[in-house]
Amino acid sequence: MSISSPPRPRQSTTTGYSKAAERKHRLAALDMKVSPYLFISPFFILFLIVGLFPLAYTAFVSVHDWNLIGGQGDFVGLKNFTDVLTQPRFYTALRNTFSIFLLSSVPQVLFAIIVAAILDQNIRAKTFWRMGVLLPYVVAPVAVSLIFSKLFADQSGMINEILGTFGVNPIRWHADPLASHVAIATMVNFRWTGYNTLIVLAAMQAIPRDVYEAAVIDGASRMRTFFSITIPMLRPTIIFVIITSTIGGLQIFDEPRLFDQAGQGGADRQWMTMTMYLYELGWGTQKSFGRASAVAWLLFLIILIIGAINFMITRRISSEGKR
Amino acid sequence: MSNLKQEPSIPQIRQTAGAGAARAAARKRKKSSGFGAERRPRWVTYTLLGAVLAISAYPMYYAVLLASSDAVTIAQTPIPSLIPQGNFFENVTRVLDADIKFWQAFFNSLLIAAITALSVVFFSTLAGFSFSKLRFKGRAGLLVFVIATMAVPTQLGVVPLFILMAELGWVGQLQAVIIPGMVTAFGVFWMTQYLESALPYELIEAARVDGCNLFRAFWSVALPAARPAATMLALFTFVASWTNFFWPFIVLGPANPTLPVSIQLLQSSFFKDQSLIMSGVVVATIPLVILFVFAGRQLVTGIMQGAVKG
Repeated sequence: MSISSPPRPRQSTTTGYSKAAERKHRLAALDMKVSPYLFISPFFILFLIVGLFPLAYTAFVSVHDWNLIGGQGDFVGLKNFTDVLTQPRFYTALRNTFSIFLLSSVPQVLFAIIVAAILDQNIRAKTFWRMGVLLPYVVAPVAVSLIFSKLFADQSGMINEILGTFGVNPIRWHADPLASHVAIATMVNFRWTGYNTLIVLAAMQAIPRDVYEAAVIDGASRMRTFFSITIPMLRPTIIFVIITSTIGGLQIFDEPRLFDQAGQGGADRQWMTMTMYLYELGWGTQKSFGRASAVAWLLFLIILIIGAINFMITRRISSEGKR
Repeated sequence: MSNLKQEPSIPQIRQTAGAGAARAAARKRKKSSGFGAERRPRWVTYTLLGAVLAISAYPMYYAVLLASSDAVTIAQTPIPSLIPQGNFFENVTRVLDADIKFWQAFFNSLLIAAITALSVVFFSTLAGFSFSKLRFKGRAGLLVFVIATMAVPTQLGVVPLFILMAELGWVGQLQAVIIPGMVTAFGVFWMTQYLESALPYELIEAARVDGCNLFRAFWSVALPAARPAATMLALFTFVASWTNFFWPFIVLGPANPTLPVSIQLLQSSFFKDQSLIMSGVVVATIPLVILFVFAGRQLVTGIMQGAVKG
């Protein structure tokens, strides 16, 4: 064929051409090979430096004498851990964190399901109502906390005043540990219930309407369809909401920090959380980064354990669903 | 990738009961009457919704009421009257004059939120483009890794992160807050999800045939196609940055504060004057409320789409 045996001069030009083409081709191949990694690298580099490394380095700091101003000191082994674990405050903080977490996560999920069920009807002005429930999300936790600490004031607070008109004695929202946890959990619930409502609502709308129709034809009441169809089909979404709220909920800081003007969690540390304790150890009077790191590491372990429990429960529930 | 997507209901029906059944289902869903759940609800529903709306709006309105009042009135009347009083602007002036560096904090917050939002959108879309449309070794595993990092409580690395910032001499400097937030796992996941379905592979092929390199293809094909999801991501990032407190509080402090850091100073220095504190709260929240009025619809859509996909 003519292509296989071209005249000599012509061939030399094609060789010149193909050299340039080959370079271009090689560049393009390199582009195809390297660029995908290059494009995803910013996330991995940043996560390594500001996420993973600090978390791992926390373990290193926690076994040293380490001062905010003085810097790294001697290796002290597990002394920071034993110091922290013998402090009654550590256990107070642990109790408070779990108490606030439970008081905020459980009602939040319940309210989100109820409000989503109300929104999941053929209502007028859908977007308006949906935006209405989301409004608290744009109010900063700091602002929420300042507003609610006034609403929940022990004396001359609006909530106690309203309760008073129903004959309820004033509740010591700041002095009483459980009451303070309820007040702080209310702030968290205020800000996040609407957000979670929309997530649940989206899941409700993904349930095929025909399933309901079949149930109605079989004579099921609205209550019955809600508990036998809606709730079971929402299971993955509810698990998702619980898991995400666990990770954030156990690290709560903003709301309790600003519940009074001192910011230390009350006179008896009755609403001091683990993260507040971490802050107090590291940046408070002690300025002990070593002990702060020990607390961080302990809290990390706690979150891991809770995460594992979550995972196991989730797996059991989902395998039950399959059966 | 396919397991990340949740099938909408109609395709599901199409698979299980055939196209005819799916068409019938779609018709039924559109009809407003005929089936109980689709009927217009009665006044009970609207009363309940009104109550929910009141609960979500009242605390902010309460702040406005107190901000327009004065310390004495607030102390005397625990339940404020429903109509704002006339002292708002006077109180705001006092906030601006207070020693909390209000304007500096305002512009710091604005700068940090804007840069963070732009940067998160850029790097997340870039990574999302790569994860959703390019073929490379280890792609699936790396994406799973990105998603898994969302469950890592990185706030607990705060001590070494502070040490790192101190070593760099960045304590009290805005980059100490900006740089750690420049790209997020959520953003990468979000854009991957979106581009997966919104960007036809043929468009990238066409760009490459035209001699574009991959970055060029990203810039002129993927980025424009990603705009709706990118806008939502920018909004969420902006809100998160504007309301963030813990890390700015630690690394910036009162010397070079963001708005939340500055506003909380009011509480410790003027704790007896709630009208002043609430004025600070209102002024710091107004920008986001304005943003919400214009973009709230997109925030709603964003949360609901993310929920179904995630």
